[in-house]
Amino acid sequence: MLSAIVFFPLISAGIILVLLRDARQIKVFALAVTVLELALAIAIFVVFRVEDYNVVDNMELVEDVSWIAALDIRYHLGVDGLSVPLVLLTALLGMCAAFASWSVTHRVKEYFVWLLVLQTAVTGVFVSLDAVLFFIFWELELLPMYFLISIWGSGRREYSAMKFIIFTLLGSAFMFVGILALYFSTGTFNLVELQGVEGARLLLPAGAIFAFLFIGFAVKLPVWPVHTWLPDAHTDAPTAVSVMLAGVLLKMGGYGMIRLAVGMFPGRAQEYAWLLAVLAIISVLYGAVVTIRQTDLKRLVAFSSISHMGYVLLGIASVVGAGGVVNAVGLTGAAMQMFTHGTITGLLFLVVGLVYEKAHTRHIPDMGGLASNMPVIAVVFLLAGLASLGLPGTSGFVSELLVFLGTFEVWGWITALAVFAIVLTAGYILWMLQRAFFGPQLPRFAGVGDTTALEAVPMVALVAAIMVVGVYPAVVSDVFALGLEPIVTSLQQGAVP
Amino acid sequence: MTEGAAWAILFLPLASFLVIALVIRPFLNRYDSLSGYVTILAIGAAFVLSLMALAEVASGKGEIGWAAHSWLVIGSLDISVGILMDPLTAIMLVVVSGVSLAVQIYSQGYMKGDSGYSRYFAFMSLFTASMLGLVLSRNIIQVYVFWELVGLSSYLLIGFWHDRPSAAAAAKKAFLVTRLGDVGFMLAILYLFFNREAFLSQGLNPFEIGHINLLAQGGELAGAQIVAMGSGVATWVALGIFAGAVGKSAQFPLHVWLPDAMEGPTPVSALIHAATMVVAGVFLVARFFPLFEASTTAMGVVAAIGAFTAFFAATMGLVMFDIKRVLAYSTVSQLGYMMLALGVGAYEAAIFHLFNHAFFKALLFLGSGSVNHATGTFDMRYMGGLRRHMPWTYITFLIAALSICGLFPLAGFWSKDEILVAAWNFGGGLGQVVFWLALVTAFMTAFYIFRALFMTFHGEFQGGVEAEHGGHNGGGHGVHLAESPMVMVLPMAVLAVLSIVSGFMANPLNSAWGLGVIPAHWFVDFLDHVELVSLHAAKFNLVMAALGTAVALAGIGLAYLMYYRRSVDPDDIAAGMGPGYTAAVHKYYFDNLYEDVVTRGLFYRGLALATDWIDRNIVDMAGTAIAWVGRNMGRAIGKLETGQVQAYGAGISAGLVLIVVVFVIWS
Repeated sequence: MLSAIVFFPLISAGIILVLLRDARQIKVFALAVTVLELALAIAIFVVFRVEDYNVVDNMELVEDVSWIAALDIRYHLGVDGLSVPLVLLTALLGMCAAFASWSVTHRVKEYFVWLLVLQTAVTGVFVSLDAVLFFIFWELELLPMYFLISIWGSGRREYSAMKFIIFTLLGSAFMFVGILALYFSTGTFNLVELQGVEGARLLLPAGAIFAFLFIGFAVKLPVWPVHTWLPDAHTDAPTAVSVMLAGVLLKMGGYGMIRLAVGMFPGRAQEYAWLLAVLAIISVLYGAVVTIRQTDLKRLVAFSSISHMGYVLLGIASVVGAGGVVNAVGLTGAAMQMFTHGTITGLLFLVVGLVYEKAHTRHIPDMGGLASNMPVIAVVFLLAGLASLGLPGTSGFVSELLVFLGTFEVWGWITALAVFAIVLTAGYILWMLQRAFFGPQLPRFAGVGDTTALEAVPMVALVAAIMVVGVYPAVVSDVFALGLEPIVTSLQQGAVP
Repeated sequence: MTEGAAWAILFLPLASFLVIALVIRPFLNRYDSLSGYVTILAIGAAFVLSLMALAEVASGKGEIGWAAHSWLVIGSLDISVGILMDPLTAIMLVVVSGVSLAVQIYSQGYMKGDSGYSRYFAFMSLFTASMLGLVLSRNIIQVYVFWELVGLSSYLLIGFWHDRPSAAAAAKKAFLVTRLGDVGFMLAILYLFFNREAFLSQGLNPFEIGHINLLAQGGELAGAQIVAMGSGVATWVALGIFAGAVGKSAQFPLHVWLPDAMEGPTPVSALIHAATMVVAGVFLVARFFPLFEASTTAMGVVAAIGAFTAFFAATMGLVMFDIKRVLAYSTVSQLGYMMLALGVGAYEAAIFHLFNHAFFKALLFLGSGSVNHATGTFDMRYMGGLRRHMPWTYITFLIAALSICGLFPLAGFWSKDEILVAAWNFGGGLGQVVFWLALVTAFMTAFYIFRALFMTFHGEFQGGVEAEHGGHNGGGHGVHLAESPMVMVLPMAVLAVLSIVSGFMANPLNSAWGLGVIPAHWFVDFLDHVELVSLHAAKFNLVMAALGTAVALAGIGLAYLMYYRRSVDPDDIAAGMGPGYTAAVHKYYFDNLYEDVVTRGLFYRGLALATDWIDRNIVDMAGTAIAWVGRNMGRAIGKLETGQVQAYGAGISAGLVLIVVVFVIWS
């Protein structure tokens, strides 16, 4: 089942490449594929919840066959509570990205091939349980991203694409050293067996391997100061790619950080938690403050991502615990923040793309009164904005609340500063709404219309996801909490008394 | 009453919002009057259910207990939702749904023909639902959820006419300023969770309102003795919650958003000022009153902030010319009154005043809307003489004005009197200051409200919106001097009756007057079931009543001389006040300080500009610089690769010599 969800988009990409010619045919086919992929992801989520199927070491739906026997590299897939929601998120945003690509007219065939390859790569990252397989999927994602940004992007697209590649590759280099060091120390690439490996005899100091892994994932998350690739890549990427980039690609960083860095080195994570907390609060505040200055709608949303992903790192920094107890709340909050940020920022990029397509500008000072031109888009933008600023009733509130609750007892003052950031967030979101959508209708937007039914599909899907999780978060948080249980247990041994 | 019926109080208006937003607005917008009917039907039903709840709570004289429902459980974190139905809830439910119902009926006339008619009623339904949800909540996180939704609804309604830049700005300002207070509220929640061991070890939940209040005071639960939390913890939690209340109730120093909130349609102001948004802050403090009582510090802060706000806002109310701004500052001032009552321990008096204030303040706003309907303006300098054209509006406005002044036997008299008595009895330095501030405020209140009344309804008509905009209509509706339609007058008449009689809910003289149906002090005794250690509501005090009345009459008299007889020229007094007057007109420059100096200057052009510059020129450039070094190192080394064997040989020889030299020196 996991093989199916990983390779279905890739096989479909092959079919497009070989069999389909007509642009419209390709689009319809790609849409159908992503819808089916989402159905498959929902099926996996449900199966995971109601049945224990192929359970090995806390992992479900496991597929494990030898691949390169000489090095004990295996084709090893499986999911637990940490990865299952992220697989679902990938499929959801993959579908939204395909819908958002309907207006693409340039080199349509290649575009959809790369988009589907991207989906395979990201899904593969979340379900791989073999470090080499994980790394292959991790690197595979760069290929479509480079082409998607540099061919179908806008602005300084080649610069941005290259910057994205170089930053990520730099991070992967560190990560790969870490993985190799682990392999030569223990003789296995099995990510499950490597959990809590820090106690074993290692060729390099455990702290160094932890740092290598951490840097690799920090670039992806991104964490200040290695965040500078993000605004450029987001701004210059086509809409659908921004959606995928913000929605799921950043989550690969958070996922890796929890599963690999913290899961394998709980003690080191606790030792350096102070550093994580400091970097997190810098990302949160610095990101928010810089966001306020942005005048490009897309760049603004991009910078807000840096701030919001800082909450993920803040949640992770709670692993050190307080009073001898590690609460699961902070880590669950971090995971929830990944999920909710994916849906919320995905939606924001989606509507920014629509606004740009219709109004032909992203420069906020040139905008105004668009709520009168495009009421439906304005309402969705408002909803996404409110979710982004953590309004209760939306999923953004739940994840922020969990991060705050989990982290406050560990890093009191830092968390208090992070709570203050909700005012900054509200500031830039509401100010942006005010400038772009409110005020008198402008003559230059006279012919600008509202959304079409096709464009509304992904918006409705994401709004529904945001509201459902906001009203009843246990749908997702219970799953995350389940997946994080083993990690929390291993952290408990090193908790600060 | 079943639990389902109680939930229906929340879900009926919520369903109305959803039906309008998802069905009527997209598909049936040609029949937009439906939206008004759906809203009124839903809120009317909620009102009836609220009355039933009040009757039931009153007959049992206490809480109706229902179980909590689990919402989110992670490890030791256990957040549940549920209904807390005690006297405070029941009274608030009736106030909120009752005032909202009156406002919705009135809105049918006021909003007639507006292109956003359906959107208006959708937002109003959401607003009412959020407030009712807030009142019903039994869990502090549940409170926070609805608290923020109340803020969202206000944002949507203040910015209702979103094509007006001033409305959009006012909406944003309201949300941001209140959110600043919410940081404190959130930190209080976090601090409760931080101290969860004290709760969990005694089988309590750190988020349950009842448990928080119980643990603050200590006491007994199901036979087990509960050890109180430290007063230090209580102080911090209470102060955090109070920060939230300061934001929502527009208390100093977060009062700046409320006068700007006038940008919304006037019925919205009526609802915001009387029964929803701003009273949420007072309600919040009342809800956690036992917690506040456990901390002398917190109580002192509440009293001081409340008293200062009451005085400070009233001084600004004296000098405004926009009738809605006068009323806005009046609200800030009256909320300060309620806060100071809470601060001196007069919990029942505060809620009693909230109850009375809801009716007369809603009425004053609806009156100002009615006046605007006729004249097209809110500027009192262009009104005058309206009493002849709008007798109903005049009479009802007069009743509300007398009530807010606190004249016997209207509603405002009874609650103002109780607050003054409580402040006096509180004693000590703080009590003295609070009392005198409250008394001076009572004088100013009477003055500014009658100043508004005389300028609006007496004298000669000054031309309305046409005069204001130099002869032509300012784009809105023109001057149309006539009484407002029945649908607007009727709710005002009902509120006028309530503004007279609502005080009898706690009239200490009821039995003496043979009004035995309502026992003396009924309202106070009813609320009193909460275990309070503070002094109970003071008994009727003739001296205090006389003093309060004299002060109010003095205020009215001065307004009469200045704006009716015109025997005292307001300009002379203004000139006599000098810089004080100018400062009050400019709202003591708080908007300039917050918006120009702090937000635009220090933050946007300072910190944010600098950070953005650093991001572009240092952090981002660092990456570029590293790339540059790498590339040029590559180029430089690449140049050595010339392909000439002689050069390579020379290099190898030089290197060999170097190694030998180093080796020799080393050894």
